[in-house]
Amino acid sequence: MSQQISEETEWAVLMIRAQDGDQGAYRRLLKEIVPYLRVVIRSYHRDGGDVEDAVQEALLTIHSARHTYDPARPFKPWLAAIGRRRAIDRLRRLKRTRGRETLLEPEHETNLADETNMETGYGDERALHAAVEQLPPGQRQAVTLLKLQEKSLKEAALESGMSVASLKVAMHRAMISLRKILSAGENRP
Amino acid sequence: MSSTEALIEKLAGEAKAVRRLRPPLVRAALWLSAVAAVAVAAILLFSDLTVFARRAQDPKLALELIGTLFTGVAGIVAAFHLSLPDRSRLWALLPVPPLMLWVGASGYSCYRHWITFGPDGWQVGESAHCFVFILGVSAPLGAALYLVLRKARPLDPVATAALGGAGVAGLAAFVLQFFHPFDVTFMDLGIHLAGVLVVTLASLLSAATVGKT
Repeated sequence: MSQQISEETEWAVLMIRAQDGDQGAYRRLLKEIVPYLRVVIRSYHRDGGDVEDAVQEALLTIHSARHTYDPARPFKPWLAAIGRRRAIDRLRRLKRTRGRETLLEPEHETNLADETNMETGYGDERALHAAVEQLPPGQRQAVTLLKLQEKSLKEAALESGMSVASLKVAMHRAMISLRKILSAGENRP
Repeated sequence: MSSTEALIEKLAGEAKAVRRLRPPLVRAALWLSAVAAVAVAAILLFSDLTVFARRAQDPKLALELIGTLFTGVAGIVAAFHLSLPDRSRLWALLPVPPLMLWVGASGYSCYRHWITFGPDGWQVGESAHCFVFILGVSAPLGAALYLVLRKARPLDPVATAALGGAGVAGLAAFVLQFFHPFDVTFMDLGIHLAGVLVVTLASLLSAATVGKT
């Protein structure tokens, strides 16, 4: 109880100094009241992100309304009223938004399986690398340079010593071989 | 650094000394005194006080005057209190008793009027002027009140505006009595109340609209 009173008195003193332009006192006050604001706001919001957003909105309100704190009155009711109000405002806003928007649920996905909704998966990559390893050296080099390292035909030609035309042919053959290897892998039980 | 800590640093960095607001009762009294000065000047210059003196002999008028004046003053005092974060929401009930007195007194006078004059008492007569008067006086008063109340950055602007609107309209209805050369009819009462209601709703809606932007 006595600790509560001293904390409140301390905050009131810090606020009075902040009203007089003491930025250090103001910074300390804002840092110290954040946990208290979180407690107040948590009774309205469960989501951590919403709590933090409401805390920040409350801090902005405190900043713009700091001249309305009357040093003759206790500080916590003033603070808690601002916290509660911003929490309620946020709750109302969320309600309005939820009335207009629909959250994406699993049934909105084209396919429920996780891997179908990922651009790449670890499984795919490993299988692909294994397939590339099985290619003849010329085709493997073409795939490595042109697709995996994403080099241009000119750069690849320069690095491999092959002509652009033979690189194209090697790449074309590599694609056919890869398709065969990968589809064979899929058909395996 | 989290975004909350960053916000604290930003706010602390731009914090300058601020002037504390005076207590709400003092602010309300100052605002009401300024309005009273203008109203007294207008009444002395433009109203027919001999007609008023004759009507004032009726104790019912005194009740109406007290009702409207107290509704106005109570609405303004309540608005100044509600504009602050830490004042009791019960201040919103302050204008209710004088409002009931006003409606009761006017209602009784209308009832009597109706008994005396029968259906003729239902004529609109000068009521339209009263309506325009209440709106016309409330608009500048409301604007002046808005400028003062917004200094407190009201947490609940809608309730603050509604009370301020009711207060301003009550004051307008009070001043109206000095420019009202006849007793109130049933229609008058309706029109006066409609005026007060319209002003209150207009303040409420404008606050709600401003609050959304």
